[in-house]
Amino acid sequence: MRKIHGFHGGIHPPENKHQSVRTPIADAGIPPELVIPLLQHIGTPAGVVVTIGQHVLKGQVIAEAQGFVSVPKHAPTSGTIHAIEDRLIAHPSGHFAPCIVIIPDGKDEWIECRGTPDYQALDKLQLIDLIRNAGIAGMGGAGFPSSVKLSVKAGTHIETLIINGTECEPYITADDVLMRERADQIIEGAKILRHIISPRETLIGVEDNKPEGIAALRVAAEGSGIEIVEFPTKYPSGGEKQLIEILTGKQVPSGGLPSQVGVVCQNIGSTVAIYEAVVHGKPLISRVTTVTGNAVREPQNFQVLIGTPMRYLLQKAGYQAENNNRLIMGGPMMGFTVPSIDVPIVKTTNCVLAPTEAELPTPPPAQACIRCGMCAQACPVSLLPQQLFWFAQGKEFDKLEHHNLFDCIECGACSYVCPSTIPLVQYYRASKAEILQLRRDHEKAEASRIRFEARQQRLEQAEAEKEAKRAARKKAAEQRAQAMAGDSGEDPIQAAIERARAKRPPRRARGAARANSINWRKPWSRRRNAWTPPMPNLRRQKPRVAISWRPCKPAWTKPATSWRRRNRLWRSINRRTMTRRRSTPPRRQSREPWPSARRKPR
Amino acid sequence: MALLRLTSPHAHGPMSTQRVMLNVLLATVPGIVVLTHFFGFGTLVNILWGSLVAVGCEALALKLRRRPLGFYLKDCSALVTAFLLCIALPPYSPWWLIAIGIASAILMAKHLYGGLGYNPFNPAMVGYVILLISFPVQMTSWAPPRGLGEMPGLLDALRACFTPALYDGVTMATPLDLLNQNIASNSLLLEELWQQNPQFGLFAGVGWEWANVAFLAGGLWLLYQRIFTWHAPVAMLASLSLLAALFYDGGSSASGGSPLFHLLSGATMFGAFFIVTDPVTSTVSLRGRLIYGALIGALIYVIRVRGNYPDAVAFSVLIMNFAAPFIDFYTQPRTYGHGDKRGQK
Ligand code: SF4
Ligand code: SF4
Repeated sequence: MRKIHGFHGGIHPPENKHQSVRTPIADAGIPPELVIPLLQHIGTPAGVVVTIGQHVLKGQVIAEAQGFVSVPKHAPTSGTIHAIEDRLIAHPSGHFAPCIVIIPDGKDEWIECRGTPDYQALDKLQLIDLIRNAGIAGMGGAGFPSSVKLSVKAGTHIETLIINGTECEPYITADDVLMRERADQIIEGAKILRHIISPRETLIGVEDNKPEGIAALRVAAEGSGIEIVEFPTKYPSGGEKQLIEILTGKQVPSGGLPSQVGVVCQNIGSTVAIYEAVVHGKPLISRVTTVTGNAVREPQNFQVLIGTPMRYLLQKAGYQAENNNRLIMGGPMMGFTVPSIDVPIVKTTNCVLAPTEAELPTPPPAQACIRCGMCAQACPVSLLPQQLFWFAQGKEFDKLEHHNLFDCIECGACSYVCPSTIPLVQYYRASKAEILQLRRDHEKAEASRIRFEARQQRLEQAEAEKEAKRAARKKAAEQRAQAMAGDSGEDPIQAAIERARAKRPPRRARGAARANSINWRKPWSRRRNAWTPPMPNLRRQKPRVAISWRPCKPAWTKPATSWRRRNRLWRSINRRTMTRRRSTPPRRQSREPWPSARRKPR
Repeated sequence: MALLRLTSPHAHGPMSTQRVMLNVLLATVPGIVVLTHFFGFGTLVNILWGSLVAVGCEALALKLRRRPLGFYLKDCSALVTAFLLCIALPPYSPWWLIAIGIASAILMAKHLYGGLGYNPFNPAMVGYVILLISFPVQMTSWAPPRGLGEMPGLLDALRACFTPALYDGVTMATPLDLLNQNIASNSLLLEELWQQNPQFGLFAGVGWEWANVAFLAGGLWLLYQRIFTWHAPVAMLASLSLLAALFYDGGSSASGGSPLFHLLSGATMFGAFFIVTDPVTSTVSLRGRLIYGALIGALIYVIRVRGNYPDAVAFSVLIMNFAAPFIDFYTQPRTYGHGDKRGQK
């Protein structure tokens, strides 16, 4: 028996999984329209290779991978390309993104696909290529391309291959039904993965709330050397890092990859997809998605084509729009609400949750944090969520980083237990985004500072060269004069210069001393670095009514240059000067927590 | 119906601040019952009047701060403060004493700092200390426990509270007072002290020991409800008993009293489970709570035995409230993937 390691924290939300496993996986069929977003995974979007009006076959490539972290897209059924345009997609920010729209012809005609049942004959790289070309991206969570996960750096020894069948989120049963109904395919897929990365051991981790799935897997895995590991149910044990800790006791270093501790993880759905791709040559064009929640009459799992609009799928399950308060893609802990019922199902959509108001009530307004510490006890990565919340409110970004904000996996356990119903995760997300933005800005400022300094140096160098030349000329002239003086006793050139001087006084006495050709300093400022640019008066001025014979617009209606350009100009000047002034490093902040660490009044 | 746009998580656990506070209130009930049994209705009247004043003060503060009344009153935190302070006050306290205590707790210690969650010091204890320093006589006159004097009835209790001038109650030194004086004068062996004074009971003071047991029971129930973690109370009780055991020296005239005596005397259990565990003013990390609790226990012992005040929970807690942010800073838990427990290659 394998030792099961625990992880800190975790919660036990109501599972609500029984509703959707009562019936076997149903086929959702072909919807009247398929919308395939070009970006369904982490990485760069795929590049379109079809044209509008073109007829495509089922499984035909319609968009090519671009770059390493990218996968191609395939036509989920045969039909015509109707449009290539921006559509509303399922994304936390609810934005429009380029999609390929296909009108199915109903024939569902496959392109010719060649499987390789004897995959042992292929080598590692060929198999990874195959998986990449089948468009497989992590089907459980963020959607990291599977091929990228599998191509571990040469020289890294992989100890453990973990197939993640945890599915710890409430409501979702997509992996559960796969385990029950397609255990053989899962085991075959695991064998393929094992062939690719040749680990010492191959494990399938499943929570103990899926006894049927575990039993089916055990039967299928008989004699294959693949171990099915059962462990107690706790949210979020399905998080990749948490699962690795449970099964191996190792922790992935902060900011690192699982392969650094000799582990590769794959999701159950991806494993089945890999099996399909390698053995049958079929690309990833459909997936199993749970449709559940009390606002659908028949919660169940569907085999659904990628790109199927949610509306179609929900109607299949008996959607009651009037009872539904929000539509969630994913589970109730980490899923996100979608802006409209028309967004398409993508490769990462493991669940469509349509709850009623009674089921997932609208959260009441947040109360003050009473620092009860329940969040800290629930946090699976041992953060102090209440401190993070405090700093996030005060925008104390250095403290946030010091408290390891970036190790937060946004699992939502802290918000779940918080008695004051504070939307903690929302604060963390916002702070992370803000810190990343600041970092980018800082990098940009740094680059422009370097550019500026280089230019400054160039100018100074040029000036110094000129100066040297001038000195050399002067010296030569003096020598010449001396030579002539040796002849006549009086310097004729000097005399000529003297005469000229008497006629015209020097215009720019200090000109040569000026190092910088741009006179930025205020003339009355002595200190070299201490000037501030005169701020433009950005407030709108009262319209000056010009008294003139010409019909004249008020001065403010049209500035010499546009307000936007003018503001941008000043901003850029400010930035340059700011970075210049900050040439001494900013004073290090005191490490003492008192008083600002905790009691910042706000 | 328009679809809501909310960020995850969408599910929420059953716990709410209001429930936390109500649980705390409920857990004080056994203690209040025992106190009422041994000392009469004084505590009950304290609590009733104190709660009224507390809700009034809270409402006033919210009004002045222009906060919605209903929403903030609903969290019941003012009631908790009132309960805790009134349990700590001597029974049969006059109404103005209670009112001053509650007002300084709610208005000064809580709302001046920004309200619930922002107060660095435990409001109930601030109220208590202010009273103790300003009105030492009223604050140290405890009624005799049942059996050692006549028991005032409910009417007497009301009279004592609202017309203090007309009430003439009996008071008696508490066991902790006696011990404190004994150590200072260094006169009696512990055994003689117990024989000469009827206030001492089985393990500690008559009445006090059972009140402490009742508060212990309430605390254990809260622990079972996971309202707080075991760390701070256990650390406090452990350090208190440890010190008591160290300086017991067999019951000589300079003895500080047995560990059991300290555990069941004064406000030990009440402090351990209801004051030290106050989430707002204590530390947040678990290791920090151990340190926090242990230091409070040590301070309590030192002040009880060597200080001028017979009981010391309030002072110790306030002193450690100062230190809480500092402890927090140095006891951050090790985050996943940081430090030594990373996987070895
Ligand atoms: S659970 Fe909520 S109220 Fe409690 S400490 Fe955490 S953030 Fe504060
Ligand atoms: S969301 Fe972040 S801080 Fe909250 S419990 Fe999960 S990992 Fe911890």
